[in-house]
Amino acid sequence: MAQLVGAITTSHVPAIGKAIARDLQQEAYWKPFFDSFPPVHSWLQQARPDVAVVIYNDHGLNFFLDKMPTFSVGAAPSYSGADEGWGLPVGLPFPGNEDLSWHLVNSLVADEFDITTCQEMLVDHALTLPMKLLWPKAEQQGAWPVTIVPVCLNTVLFPLPTPARCYKLGQAIGRAIASWQSDKRVVVVGTGGLSHQLDGERAGFINKQFDQQFMQSLANDPLWATQYSIPELVEQVGTQGIELLMWLTARATLSGVGGGGARELHSSYHIPISNTAAGVMLFEPAAQPVVQEEALAA
Amino acid sequence: MQTTSSSRCIPGTTLFDADQARKGYALNKMCFSFNNEAARREFLQDEAAYCARFGLNAEQRAAIASRNVLALIAAGGNAYYLAKFAGIFGLDMQDIGAQQTGLTKEQFQAKLYAAAEV
Repeated sequence: MAQLVGAITTSHVPAIGKAIARDLQQEAYWKPFFDSFPPVHSWLQQARPDVAVVIYNDHGLNFFLDKMPTFSVGAAPSYSGADEGWGLPVGLPFPGNEDLSWHLVNSLVADEFDITTCQEMLVDHALTLPMKLLWPKAEQQGAWPVTIVPVCLNTVLFPLPTPARCYKLGQAIGRAIASWQSDKRVVVVGTGGLSHQLDGERAGFINKQFDQQFMQSLANDPLWATQYSIPELVEQVGTQGIELLMWLTARATLSGVGGGGARELHSSYHIPISNTAAGVMLFEPAAQPVVQEEALAA
Repeated sequence: MQTTSSSRCIPGTTLFDADQARKGYALNKMCFSFNNEAARREFLQDEAAYCARFGLNAEQRAAIASRNVLALIAAGGNAYYLAKFAGIFGLDMQDIGAQQTGLTKEQFQAKLYAAAEV
Protein backbone atom coordinates (compact mmCIF):
# COMPACT_ATOMS: atom_id res chain seq x y z
CA MET A 1 0.00 0.00 0.00
CA ALA A 2 1.00 3.60 -0.55
CA GLN A 3 2.23 5.55 2.41
CA LEU A 4 1.03 9.01 3.42
CA VAL A 5 4.24 10.54 4.77
CA GLY A 6 2.96 13.95 5.86
CA ALA A 7 1.09 17.15 5.15
CA ILE A 8 2.46 20.62 4.44
CA THR A 9 0.43 23.81 4.46
CA THR A 10 1.65 27.08 2.97
CA SER A 11 0.47 30.46 1.69
CA HIS A 12 0.47 31.00 -2.08
CA VAL A 13 0.39 34.82 -2.53
CA PRO A 14 1.10 35.75 -6.21
CA ALA A 15 3.79 38.23 -5.12
CA ILE A 16 5.90 35.22 -4.01
CA GLY A 17 6.22 34.37 -7.71
CA LYS A 18 7.67 37.79 -8.48
CA ALA A 19 10.09 37.48 -5.55
CA ILE A 20 11.30 34.10 -6.83
CA ALA A 21 11.58 35.34 -10.43
CA ARG A 22 13.66 38.33 -9.29
CA ASP A 23 15.72 36.39 -6.74
CA LEU A 24 14.62 38.53 -3.78
CA GLN A 25 14.47 35.69 -1.23
CA GLN A 26 17.15 37.19 1.00
CA GLU A 27 15.90 40.79 0.89
CA ALA A 28 14.61 42.13 4.22
CA TYR A 29 10.96 42.09 3.15
CA TRP A 30 11.05 38.47 1.92
CA LYS A 31 13.64 36.84 4.16
CA PRO A 32 11.35 35.98 7.11
CA PHE A 33 8.98 34.17 4.76
CA PHE A 34 11.54 32.26 2.69
CA ASP A 35 13.57 31.41 5.80
CA SER A 36 10.63 29.40 7.10
CA PHE A 37 11.16 26.77 4.37
CA PRO A 38 14.58 25.16 4.98
CA PRO A 39 13.21 22.93 7.79
CA VAL A 40 10.54 21.73 5.34
CA HIS A 41 13.21 21.12 2.68
CA SER A 42 15.22 18.99 5.12
CA TRP A 43 12.15 17.00 6.01
CA LEU A 44 11.32 16.45 2.33
CA GLN A 45 14.83 15.11 1.74
CA GLN A 46 14.29 12.52 4.44
CA ALA A 47 10.64 11.75 3.70
CA ARG A 48 11.38 11.32 -0.04
CA PRO A 49 7.79 11.59 -1.34
CA ASP A 50 7.15 10.32 -4.88
CA VAL A 51 3.78 11.99 -5.29
CA ALA A 52 2.23 15.24 -4.04
CA VAL A 53 -1.53 15.62 -3.72
CA VAL A 54 -1.92 19.40 -3.89
CA ILE A 55 -5.12 20.84 -2.42
CA TYR A 56 -5.60 24.39 -3.71
CA ASN A 57 -8.16 26.88 -4.99
CA ASP A 58 -8.32 28.14 -8.56
CA HIS A 59 -8.51 31.95 -8.94
CA GLY A 60 -10.16 32.15 -12.33
CA LEU A 61 -7.63 30.42 -14.56
CA ASN A 62 -9.05 26.92 -15.12
CA PHE A 63 -12.62 27.52 -13.95
CA PHE A 64 -15.00 30.34 -14.75
CA LEU A 65 -18.51 30.92 -13.36
CA ASP A 66 -20.05 29.04 -16.30
CA LYS A 67 -19.05 25.80 -14.55
CA MET A 68 -17.87 25.95 -10.98
CA PRO A 69 -17.33 22.59 -9.30
CA THR A 70 -17.19 22.61 -5.52
CA PHE A 71 -14.52 19.91 -5.50
CA SER A 72 -12.52 18.78 -8.52
CA VAL A 73 -9.68 16.32 -9.04
CA GLY A 74 -7.12 16.44 -11.83
CA ALA A 75 -6.61 13.25 -13.84
CA ALA A 76 -4.21 14.51 -16.50
CA PRO A 77 -0.81 13.17 -17.61
CA SER A 78 0.65 16.64 -16.99
CA TYR A 79 -0.34 20.07 -15.75
CA SER A 80 0.82 23.47 -16.82
CA GLY A 81 0.45 26.98 -15.49
CA ALA A 82 -0.62 29.75 -17.86
CA ASP A 83 -0.95 33.52 -18.18
CA GLU A 84 -3.20 34.57 -15.28
CA GLY A 85 -3.61 38.09 -16.60
CA TRP A 86 -0.26 39.50 -15.58
CA GLY A 87 1.85 37.99 -18.36
CA LEU A 88 4.33 36.34 -15.96
CA PRO A 89 6.53 33.55 -17.39
CA VAL A 90 5.07 30.05 -17.15
CA GLY A 91 7.31 27.51 -15.39
CA LEU A 92 8.14 23.88 -15.95
CA PRO A 93 5.01 21.71 -16.36
CA PHE A 94 4.21 19.18 -13.62
CA PRO A 95 4.00 15.46 -14.39
CA GLY A 96 0.66 14.02 -13.27
CA ASN A 97 0.20 10.74 -11.46
CA GLU A 98 -2.75 9.32 -13.37
CA ASP A 99 -2.85 6.11 -11.34
CA LEU A 100 -3.38 7.95 -8.07
CA SER A 101 -5.73 10.45 -9.77
CA TRP A 102 -8.09 7.70 -10.90
CA HIS A 103 -7.80 5.82 -7.64
CA LEU A 104 -8.68 9.05 -5.82
CA VAL A 105 -11.62 9.71 -8.16
CA ASN A 106 -12.99 6.19 -7.65
CA SER A 107 -12.38 6.20 -3.94
CA LEU A 108 -13.90 9.65 -3.32
CA VAL A 109 -17.04 8.93 -5.31
CA ALA A 110 -17.45 5.60 -3.51
CA ASP A 111 -17.07 7.63 -0.31
CA GLU A 112 -19.98 9.88 -1.45
CA PHE A 113 -17.87 12.84 -2.57
CA ASP A 114 -19.26 13.49 -6.06
CA ILE A 115 -16.24 15.34 -7.38
CA THR A 116 -15.64 16.67 -10.90
CA THR A 117 -12.91 14.80 -12.79
CA CYS A 118 -10.64 16.88 -15.03
CA GLN A 119 -8.53 15.21 -17.73
CA GLU A 120 -7.26 18.64 -18.68
CA MET A 121 -6.57 21.27 -16.07
CA LEU A 122 -4.57 24.48 -15.99
CA VAL A 123 -3.03 25.09 -12.58
CA ASP A 124 -2.61 28.62 -11.26
CA HIS A 125 -0.29 30.26 -8.73
CA ALA A 126 -2.03 28.47 -5.88
CA LEU A 127 -0.41 25.24 -7.10
CA THR A 128 2.68 26.43 -8.95
CA LEU A 129 4.09 28.68 -6.21
CA PRO A 130 3.92 26.15 -3.37
CA MET A 131 5.71 23.67 -5.67
CA LYS A 132 8.47 26.25 -6.25
CA LEU A 133 8.66 26.92 -2.50
CA LEU A 134 8.91 23.25 -1.59
CA TRP A 135 11.33 22.26 -4.38
CA PRO A 136 13.17 25.51 -5.20
CA LYS A 137 15.85 23.85 -7.36
CA ALA A 138 13.59 21.61 -9.41
CA GLU A 139 12.98 23.96 -12.33
CA GLN A 140 16.69 24.80 -12.61
CA GLN A 141 17.44 21.09 -12.65
CA GLY A 142 14.79 20.56 -15.30
CA ALA A 143 12.61 18.03 -13.46
CA TRP A 144 10.15 17.97 -10.56
CA PRO A 145 11.06 15.27 -8.02
CA VAL A 146 7.40 14.32 -7.57
CA THR A 147 4.39 13.63 -9.74
CA ILE A 148 1.24 15.45 -8.70
CA VAL A 149 -2.50 15.10 -8.27
CA PRO A 150 -4.31 18.47 -8.03
CA VAL A 151 -7.44 18.72 -5.88
CA CYS A 152 -9.26 22.02 -6.34
CA LEU A 153 -11.78 23.57 -3.92
CA ASN A 154 -14.19 26.34 -4.94
CA THR A 155 -13.55 29.52 -2.97
CA VAL A 156 -14.88 31.85 -5.69
CA LEU A 157 -18.65 31.39 -5.89
CA PHE A 158 -20.76 31.09 -2.75
CA PRO A 159 -21.96 28.82 -1.30
CA LEU A 160 -18.53 27.44 -0.44
CA PRO A 161 -18.18 24.00 1.14
CA THR A 162 -18.38 24.21 4.92
CA PRO A 163 -15.27 23.68 7.02
CA ALA A 164 -16.84 20.46 8.34
CA ARG A 165 -17.33 19.18 4.79
CA CYS A 166 -13.76 20.08 3.86
CA TYR A 167 -12.51 18.21 6.90
CA LYS A 168 -14.43 15.11 5.84
CA LEU A 169 -13.06 15.48 2.30
CA GLY A 170 -9.57 15.55 3.74
CA GLN A 171 -10.27 12.39 5.73
CA ALA A 172 -11.59 10.72 2.58
CA ILE A 173 -8.47 11.73 0.64
CA GLY A 174 -6.35 10.27 3.44
CA ARG A 175 -8.28 7.00 3.27
CA ALA A 176 -7.91 6.91 -0.51
CA ILE A 177 -4.15 7.35 -0.32
CA ALA A 178 -3.91 4.63 2.31
CA SER A 179 -5.85 2.20 0.13
CA TRP A 180 -3.86 2.87 -3.06
CA GLN A 181 -2.15 -0.34 -4.23
CA SER A 182 1.28 1.14 -4.74
CA ASP A 183 4.65 1.37 -3.09
CA LYS A 184 4.71 5.15 -3.56
CA ARG A 185 5.23 7.67 -0.80
CA VAL A 186 2.67 10.48 -0.86
CA VAL A 187 2.81 13.97 0.65
CA VAL A 188 -0.27 16.19 0.88
CA VAL A 189 0.09 19.93 0.34
CA GLY A 190 -2.62 22.45 1.26
CA THR A 191 -2.20 26.00 -0.05
CA GLY A 192 -3.65 29.45 0.66
CA GLY A 193 -4.32 31.88 3.46
CA LEU A 194 -3.91 32.88 6.08
CA SER A 195 -6.07 35.89 6.95
CA HIS A 196 -6.43 38.49 4.20
CA GLN A 197 -9.03 40.46 2.33
CA LEU A 198 -8.41 42.01 -1.08
CA ASP A 199 -11.82 43.51 -1.82
CA GLY A 200 -14.10 46.12 -0.29
CA GLU A 201 -13.64 48.87 2.26
CA ARG A 202 -12.28 46.22 4.62
CA ALA A 203 -9.35 45.47 2.26
CA GLY A 204 -6.14 44.94 4.19
CA PHE A 205 -7.92 43.13 7.03
CA ILE A 206 -5.64 40.71 8.89
CA ASN A 207 -6.48 38.81 12.10
CA LYS A 208 -3.31 37.59 13.76
CA GLN A 209 -5.04 36.25 16.85
CA PHE A 210 -7.45 34.07 14.89
CA ASP A 211 -4.72 32.82 12.54
CA GLN A 212 -2.58 31.74 15.45
CA GLN A 213 -5.49 30.05 17.16
CA PHE A 214 -6.27 28.24 13.90
CA MET A 215 -2.68 27.09 13.46
CA GLN A 216 -2.57 25.85 17.02
CA SER A 217 -5.84 24.00 16.49
CA LEU A 218 -4.40 22.11 13.51
CA ALA A 219 -1.81 20.69 15.88
CA ASN A 220 -3.95 20.09 18.97
CA ASP A 221 -7.63 20.14 18.10
CA PRO A 222 -8.10 19.82 14.32
CA LEU A 223 -11.90 19.86 14.51
CA TRP A 224 -11.88 23.32 16.09
CA ALA A 225 -12.40 25.21 12.80
CA THR A 226 -15.34 22.98 11.83
CA GLN A 227 -17.53 24.81 14.36
CA TYR A 228 -17.64 27.85 12.04
CA SER A 229 -19.94 28.64 9.12
CA ILE A 230 -18.38 30.15 6.01
CA PRO A 231 -19.72 33.69 6.70
CA GLU A 232 -18.42 33.44 10.27
CA LEU A 233 -15.01 32.46 8.94
CA VAL A 234 -15.03 35.32 6.41
CA GLU A 235 -15.73 37.68 9.28
CA GLN A 236 -12.74 36.28 11.18
CA VAL A 237 -10.17 35.91 8.40
CA GLY A 238 -11.37 38.01 5.45
CA THR A 239 -12.90 37.12 2.10
CA GLN A 240 -9.73 35.44 0.82
CA GLY A 241 -8.55 34.25 4.23
CA ILE A 242 -11.24 31.62 3.71
CA GLU A 243 -8.46 29.75 1.90
CA LEU A 244 -7.58 28.28 5.27
CA LEU A 245 -10.09 25.61 4.15
CA MET A 246 -7.23 24.08 2.15
CA TRP A 247 -5.10 23.89 5.29
CA LEU A 248 -7.92 22.21 7.15
CA THR A 249 -8.50 19.72 4.32
CA ALA A 250 -4.80 18.90 4.06
CA ARG A 251 -4.47 18.43 7.81
CA ALA A 252 -7.55 16.20 7.90
CA THR A 253 -5.92 13.73 5.48
CA LEU A 254 -3.89 12.60 8.49
CA SER A 255 -7.08 11.97 10.49
CA GLY A 256 -8.59 9.61 7.97
CA VAL A 257 -6.80 6.40 8.74
CA GLY A 258 -7.14 4.21 11.79
CA GLY A 259 -8.01 7.01 14.18
CA GLY A 260 -4.41 8.15 14.18
CA GLY A 261 -3.41 11.75 14.41
CA ALA A 262 -0.66 14.09 13.40
CA ARG A 263 2.41 15.58 14.98
CA GLU A 264 3.39 19.15 14.18
CA LEU A 265 7.05 19.31 13.09
CA HIS A 266 7.29 22.92 11.98
CA SER A 267 5.25 26.09 12.13
CA SER A 268 5.94 29.63 11.04
CA TYR A 269 3.83 32.79 10.70
CA HIS A 270 4.66 36.19 9.26
CA ILE A 271 2.82 39.48 8.51
CA PRO A 272 2.66 40.70 5.80
CA ILE A 273 3.40 39.26 2.38
CA SER A 274 1.59 41.64 0.04
CA ASN A 275 -1.78 42.01 1.84
CA THR A 276 -1.63 38.63 3.50
CA ALA A 277 -0.64 36.95 6.74
CA ALA A 278 1.61 34.15 5.52
CA GLY A 279 2.26 30.83 7.21
CA VAL A 280 3.86 27.43 6.81
CA MET A 281 3.16 24.24 8.75
CA LEU A 282 4.42 20.67 8.50
CA PHE A 283 2.81 17.57 10.00
CA GLU A 284 3.64 13.90 9.98
CA PRO A 285 1.37 11.02 10.94
CA ALA A 286 1.34 10.07 14.61
CA ALA A 287 0.45 6.60 15.78
CA GLN A 288 -1.27 7.87 18.91
CA PRO A 289 -4.98 8.39 18.30
CA VAL A 290 -6.32 11.86 18.98
CA VAL A 291 -9.86 11.51 20.29
CA GLN A 292 -11.28 14.63 18.67
CA GLU A 293 -10.10 13.52 15.24
CA GLU A 294 -12.50 10.62 15.10
CA ALA A 295 -15.65 12.60 15.79
CA LEU A 296 -16.27 13.48 12.16
CA ALA A 297 -15.31 10.11 10.71
CA ALA A 298 -17.88 8.77 8.26
CA MET B 1 -34.42 39.69 -8.29
CA GLN B 2 -35.24 37.21 -5.57
CA THR B 3 -32.66 37.21 -2.85
CA THR B 4 -31.04 33.88 -2.21
CA SER B 5 -28.25 35.66 -0.48
CA SER B 6 -25.96 34.07 2.05
CA SER B 7 -25.24 37.56 3.23
CA ARG B 8 -24.34 38.32 6.73
CA CYS B 9 -23.51 41.87 7.51
CA ILE B 10 -19.73 42.14 7.61
CA PRO B 11 -18.82 45.82 7.29
CA GLY B 12 -16.90 46.67 4.12
CA THR B 13 -17.35 43.15 2.78
CA THR B 14 -19.37 41.71 -0.10
CA LEU B 15 -19.77 37.95 -0.30
CA PHE B 16 -19.80 36.74 -3.91
CA ASP B 17 -23.15 35.01 -3.61
CA ALA B 18 -26.10 34.36 -5.92
CA ASP B 19 -27.09 38.03 -6.13
CA GLN B 20 -23.58 39.13 -7.03
CA ALA B 21 -23.05 36.25 -9.46
CA ARG B 22 -26.29 37.05 -11.31
CA LYS B 23 -25.59 40.76 -11.41
CA GLY B 24 -21.96 40.47 -12.41
CA TYR B 25 -21.80 37.63 -14.92
CA ALA B 26 -21.01 39.72 -18.02
CA LEU B 27 -18.47 41.87 -16.18
CA ASN B 28 -16.73 38.85 -14.70
CA LYS B 29 -16.75 37.06 -18.04
CA MET B 30 -15.02 40.00 -19.65
CA CYS B 31 -12.42 40.14 -16.86
CA PHE B 32 -11.86 36.37 -17.16
CA SER B 33 -11.00 36.94 -20.84
CA PHE B 34 -8.02 39.06 -19.71
CA ASN B 35 -6.10 35.86 -18.97
CA ASN B 36 -5.24 36.20 -22.63
CA GLU B 37 -2.64 38.74 -23.78
CA ALA B 38 -4.36 39.38 -27.11
CA ALA B 39 -7.62 40.11 -25.29
CA ARG B 40 -5.90 42.63 -23.03
CA ARG B 41 -4.50 44.43 -26.07
CA GLU B 42 -7.87 44.41 -27.77
CA PHE B 43 -9.52 45.92 -24.70
CA LEU B 44 -6.96 48.72 -24.56
CA GLN B 45 -7.43 49.48 -28.26
CA ASP B 46 -11.19 50.00 -27.94
CA GLU B 47 -12.62 49.70 -24.44
CA ALA B 48 -16.18 50.60 -25.39
CA ALA B 49 -16.37 48.03 -28.16
CA TYR B 50 -14.85 45.37 -25.94
CA CYS B 51 -17.36 46.07 -23.13
CA ALA B 52 -20.21 46.02 -25.64
CA ARG B 53 -19.14 42.65 -26.99
CA PHE B 54 -19.48 41.14 -23.51
CA GLY B 55 -22.83 42.87 -22.95
CA LEU B 56 -21.89 44.98 -19.96
CA ASN B 57 -24.70 47.15 -18.62
CA ALA B 58 -24.37 50.91 -18.10
CA GLU B 59 -23.32 50.57 -14.45
CA GLN B 60 -20.63 48.05 -15.37
CA ARG B 61 -19.34 50.14 -18.28
CA ALA B 62 -19.14 53.21 -16.06
CA ALA B 63 -17.33 51.22 -13.36
CA ILE B 64 -14.81 49.93 -15.90
CA ALA B 65 -14.27 53.43 -17.30
CA SER B 66 -13.72 54.84 -13.79
CA ARG B 67 -11.25 52.05 -12.78
CA ASN B 68 -12.98 52.24 -9.40
CA VAL B 69 -12.80 48.90 -7.62
CA LEU B 70 -15.64 49.57 -5.16
CA ALA B 71 -17.89 50.51 -8.09
CA LEU B 72 -16.82 47.34 -9.92
CA ILE B 73 -17.74 45.25 -6.87
CA ALA B 74 -21.08 47.05 -6.59
CA ALA B 75 -21.68 46.16 -10.25
CA GLY B 76 -21.21 42.45 -9.45
CA GLY B 77 -17.47 42.09 -9.97
CA ASN B 78 -15.60 39.30 -8.21
CA ALA B 79 -12.20 40.04 -6.69
CA TYR B 80 -10.40 37.23 -8.51
CA TYR B 81 -11.56 38.32 -11.98
CA LEU B 82 -11.20 42.02 -11.18
CA ALA B 83 -7.56 41.33 -10.31
CA LYS B 84 -6.99 40.48 -13.98
CA PHE B 85 -8.54 43.81 -15.00
CA ALA B 86 -6.26 45.62 -12.53
CA GLY B 87 -3.30 43.73 -13.95
CA ILE B 88 -3.77 45.45 -17.31
CA PHE B 89 -2.75 48.70 -15.65
CA GLY B 90 0.09 47.17 -13.65
CA LEU B 91 -1.71 47.74 -10.35
CA ASP B 92 -0.78 45.41 -7.51
CA MET B 93 -2.97 44.35 -4.60
CA GLN B 94 -1.69 47.15 -2.40
CA ASP B 95 -2.60 49.79 -5.00
CA ILE B 96 -6.07 48.28 -5.11
CA GLY B 97 -6.27 48.08 -1.31
CA ALA B 98 -5.26 51.72 -0.99
CA GLN B 99 -7.83 52.80 -3.56
CA GLN B 100 -10.68 50.99 -1.81
CA THR B 101 -9.80 52.23 1.66
CA GLY B 102 -9.10 55.83 0.68
CA LEU B 103 -5.52 55.60 1.88
CA THR B 104 -2.22 56.31 0.17
CA LYS B 105 -0.23 53.18 -0.68
CA GLU B 106 2.19 54.02 2.14
CA GLN B 107 -0.67 54.36 4.63
CA PHE B 108 -2.16 51.09 3.45
CA GLN B 109 1.20 49.32 3.86
CA ALA B 110 1.54 50.78 7.35
CA LYS B 111 -1.87 49.36 8.22
CA LEU B 112 -0.68 45.89 7.16
CA TYR B 113 2.48 46.15 9.26
CA ALA B 114 0.40 47.32 12.21
CA ALA B 115 -1.57 44.04 12.05
CA ALA B 116 1.65 42.24 13.03
CA GLU B 117 1.96 44.25 16.24
CA VAL B 118 -1.40 43.23 17.70
